[in-house]
Amino acid sequence: MKKGIIISTLLLCVFYLLAQTKPKSTAQAGVDKASVERGKKIYNTYCLACHQADGSGVPGLNPPLIKTKWVLGDKKQLITVILKGMDELIEVDGEEYNNVMASHAFLKDQEVADVLTFVRNSFGNKAPGVTTGDVKSVRATVK
Amino acid sequence: MKSLCLKLCLVTVMIGLGLIHAVASDTTKVSGRKLQPDVDNGGLKLPTGFGAVTVVDSLARNRHLAVNSNGDIYVKLSRLKDGKGIIVLREKENGKASVVKSFGNYIGTGIAFKNGYLYASSDSNVYRYKLNESGEVMAPDAPETIVKGLVSKRQHETKSIALDNAGNIYVNIGAPSNSCQLQDRGKGSKGQDPCPILDSAGGIWQFKVDKMNQSYAEGVRYTTGTRNIVGLDWNNTVNELYAMQHGRDNLFQNWPELYDSVESAEMPAEEFLQVKKGSNFGWPYCYFDPFQKKKVLAPEYGGNKTTQGRCEKMDTPVIGFPGHWAPNALMFYTGTMFPEKYRNGAFIAFHGSWNRAPLKQKGYQVIFVPLKDGKPNGEWEVFADGFMGTPEISAPRDAQFRPCGLAQGKDGSLYISDSVKGRIWKIIYSGK
Repeated sequence: MKKGIIISTLLLCVFYLLAQTKPKSTAQAGVDKASVERGKKIYNTYCLACHQADGSGVPGLNPPLIKTKWVLGDKKQLITVILKGMDELIEVDGEEYNNVMASHAFLKDQEVADVLTFVRNSFGNKAPGVTTGDVKSVRATVK
Repeated sequence: MKSLCLKLCLVTVMIGLGLIHAVASDTTKVSGRKLQPDVDNGGLKLPTGFGAVTVVDSLARNRHLAVNSNGDIYVKLSRLKDGKGIIVLREKENGKASVVKSFGNYIGTGIAFKNGYLYASSDSNVYRYKLNESGEVMAPDAPETIVKGLVSKRQHETKSIALDNAGNIYVNIGAPSNSCQLQDRGKGSKGQDPCPILDSAGGIWQFKVDKMNQSYAEGVRYTTGTRNIVGLDWNNTVNELYAMQHGRDNLFQNWPELYDSVESAEMPAEEFLQVKKGSNFGWPYCYFDPFQKKKVLAPEYGGNKTTQGRCEKMDTPVIGFPGHWAPNALMFYTGTMFPEKYRNGAFIAFHGSWNRAPLKQKGYQVIFVPLKDGKPNGEWEVFADGFMGTPEISAPRDAQFRPCGLAQGKDGSLYISDSVKGRIWKIIYSGK
């Protein structure tokens, strides 16, 4: 029984510590840290009001950016959302999101790459970064 | 090791059971026949003398609600539950309610009773249901369609309703846009002038309660220049319509050379409007600056934060509330349970902000505005608070509850609906 109590206490401590750990940069190994830093500034200016500081979005309006297939999946689709915006109802994790996202084609290729590299390596996300080359090739097709 | 796991499980289960028992004994306490509030007031903070009963803990995606003459509570949903969009609740003596029926295969926001009918809206139509002598809906599966074909384009698409005493129903038609820019919510995108959206949205339309299948051709554009309204109610003391306008978003994101993120979080005001036939509140050309206390020209139309131009002529709000609090319900209190100062005043349920980030989110509360003859008679004050479940939140997803609907009980109590968990509270006054 004594052993039980000790182990329960230990377990509680572990849970407590886990609960206290805030999701900071979860950058995947090999991801350009400077790009993540630059991307954070872009995010804070143009994305944060809708998608929130922790990427959790707004229920019913703006989708979360936490471990969703939109964020972690096909880079081309993700770049297209930034360049063209989005005006359709989408479902993420069983919830519907309705709000309009305007085109952010005014961002330079480097800025799009930076902000997406940041998003793909924040809020618990871990995915390869996006390069200016990736953005350039998508931009050529969406114009 | 196995026995250790078992012991741990047992302890966890016992603690769990203990908690459940504690909660259950707290919320079902009834002393005599008098209604007792929950020990924790269902998580709400209320003025002295008031208490709250959790009528139902987690119903559905609640929007507005209305109380029938027999005391039953009708709740409109934004997501169907078991295929139905309206749920009917009946209270027991201790204030706890259970579902007695559900009907209506459409989602929506508006719901109201008037002169022997129940009225309810989808995002494009308004229906009515005849009540029998005991107040029951006679044909729940066969409502009459009184209004149809209203603009519903996935942004500000909900239709709130209010009824006057002359056979009219008022329906808000929200603008499917933030500020009528050429590119909606686009950085630096100019506003369309004139804004074509205003022909069929961005205002309140008036229809007849007893005419079937009305649409724009049969309706009257009662007022214009409102971006989105969710709180809407008829004030019987002055016989006028009042509304709560949701102000525009993204001043900083779209016009960073003019506004910073703090200004964008605090502006523009959410407007408490007295709506007269022919009123024009200026959207999308103007917004109400709560600090300068005037309508100023929007940046999409050449505004520089201070110039008024055409906005000088626009109608102004009765009160400008802090920016982005999202007022989702307005209700004039006519009961006698609450003290005299509440009589004919206005309760407003704010759903709470999202467009304030990176500042903390605010406004997840129900406030009270004392009124005399339909005009403010003293400062507005917070009435019910604690919906967030924590003192501060950064993102709206962290709010435990978000108040969305208000209704007055037969006994003069106040019902509040929540859209997150689906809780409904009944606020009572005991005077202690």
